[in-house]
Amino acid sequence: MTHGTSTALPFAGRERAIGLALLVLAVAVVVGPFVWIALQSFKRQIDILTGAWVFTPTLANYVDVLFSRRSDFAGNVTNSAIVAMASTVLVLVIGTLAAYSLHRFRWSRAISAAFLGWTLVFHMVPLLTLVGPWYVAFRELGLYDTLWALVITHVTINLPMTVWLMMAFFREIPHEIEEAALVDGCRPLQAFWRIALPLAAPGLIAAGILAFIFSWNEFSVALTLTSRETATVPVAVARFAQQYEVQHSQMAAASVVSTLPALLLMALGQRFVVRGLTLGAVK
Amino acid sequence: MASIPHPAGRVAARAGLVDRLDRTFRWWSFAPAVVLLFVLTIFPIVNLLRMAVSNVQFVDGRAVWSFAPGRNLQAMLGDPVLGAAVVNTAVFVVVAVALEMAIGIGLALLVARLDRGKGLVRTAMILPILVPPVAIGSMWKLMYNYDFGVFNQALTALGAMPVNWLGSTSVALTSVILVDVWHWVPFVFLILFAAVEGVPQDVIEAARIDGATSGQVTRRIILPLLAPAIGVALLFRGIFAFKAFDEVFLLTGGGPGTSTELVSLHLYKVFFEQNQLGYGAMLSLAIIAMIVAFLLVARRAGTALATTR
Repeated sequence: MTHGTSTALPFAGRERAIGLALLVLAVAVVVGPFVWIALQSFKRQIDILTGAWVFTPTLANYVDVLFSRRSDFAGNVTNSAIVAMASTVLVLVIGTLAAYSLHRFRWSRAISAAFLGWTLVFHMVPLLTLVGPWYVAFRELGLYDTLWALVITHVTINLPMTVWLMMAFFREIPHEIEEAALVDGCRPLQAFWRIALPLAAPGLIAAGILAFIFSWNEFSVALTLTSRETATVPVAVARFAQQYEVQHSQMAAASVVSTLPALLLMALGQRFVVRGLTLGAVK
Repeated sequence: MASIPHPAGRVAARAGLVDRLDRTFRWWSFAPAVVLLFVLTIFPIVNLLRMAVSNVQFVDGRAVWSFAPGRNLQAMLGDPVLGAAVVNTAVFVVVAVALEMAIGIGLALLVARLDRGKGLVRTAMILPILVPPVAIGSMWKLMYNYDFGVFNQALTALGAMPVNWLGSTSVALTSVILVDVWHWVPFVFLILFAAVEGVPQDVIEAARIDGATSGQVTRRIILPLLAPAIGVALLFRGIFAFKAFDEVFLLTGGGPGTSTELVSLHLYKVFFEQNQLGYGAMLSLAIIAMIVAFLLVARRAGTALATTR
């Protein structure tokens, strides 16, 4: 998705300078806080407390947060990675199959409308409304305070997004390609596996990146369904902020670590992410 | 000898399995999603209905239910914090979303007219959407810090009095709204920017040739064409602002007093700090009913708009 430099409504002269200035300001406002917290994460607590702008950078906070015996953060990172990866794989399988089924087979309007309508409602409802019953059910099933509980809930949370996104991508595949394959003796399963799925690969990447990031970031469910052993990164970051005596430097380091997967995935697949985030809104 | 299956037999068995998978593809491709949604969303809502008329308590780690209709309704009506939470949430949603829409649309129109740097702006704008909201909360908590936060540093450098951003009842809600605006302007921008880029360039060129000024083109051509995207962004932001929880939990936890208590935060406290599962269920159902009603109204409004056009 390269942007053409042409625009039918270009700025002229002074207008252009003002526009550019506003733009630089907007970018600075968005990026500024990230830079600021990154700076804090390399300061010693004393330099943070005095608000020093000139300081000797130190990696001590990262070492403390990740490797100190008093910190569970390395375990939290592992938990988050397991939950995010497992739930992403599962939601891609379940969501893609459902999207293909709805797209390809003639489900009655009532069934597909009920399913899609309900996914939309669920996507809009605050998760905290369902966390209560989830908590009770998982306790009774013995799944409370296990990573399984988080994997299952995160798959459910990301299912609406995955189904809607994959349906949009399947819809873009010309019908004739699959028809031709079926006429040539291709089985329905092969048509899905060999033709539709590879053609919808950009959708899989977009949905996969978004599902991973949303699972990694998810806080309210992780907060309520886990305790110390199973806590994920967001829960740990919140704990740093809520301790009686806030360890600002460690909180900053933990926050920076928590943003790394998003930064990495964005660097790798920005165009897929943009497509995923804006799809549907534009049409 | 029978333990070694004939190769042809195995192939036939495999072909039979594939056949069966093929014939039932339509069903088993759809079933997992339906089952998952049923077990994790429909069933819990049925449970919410049950809980809302019960008193649920945990005894030795097991839930004990007793039928107590009316008790939870009473708890809801007698809850002094709920009113404050509803008012705060209304202010939060209306002010934050209005600012996000205005700034987001303005920025999208501005960036679309630039001849360079579009990609850079978009990259920067995606950042806040993708990082954990909790990290955003702790980031701003540091920046708002009374003693060493960057805002008070700037104020003192300018000779002004420092502000107690999160600890003062009159400022805290504004501070929280500001974080939400910072967090979500990029989302409105991304949607609107994609829509602006989708406006046919020849329409704009034709208007320019006919002598329209750039202000006229923006108001009379681009904005009307953006209406559907603006509607979508507004709907999403309205509902998701209502869901705001993570950052506020970190920034203020609802305080000081009840000055930043939002409905979502209050629901969390009712469930997990006060352990009132029955009342929490009642509140949850009220919220879900409200969202469904809102979606139905929004859909009718959407179709009405589409048909009058």
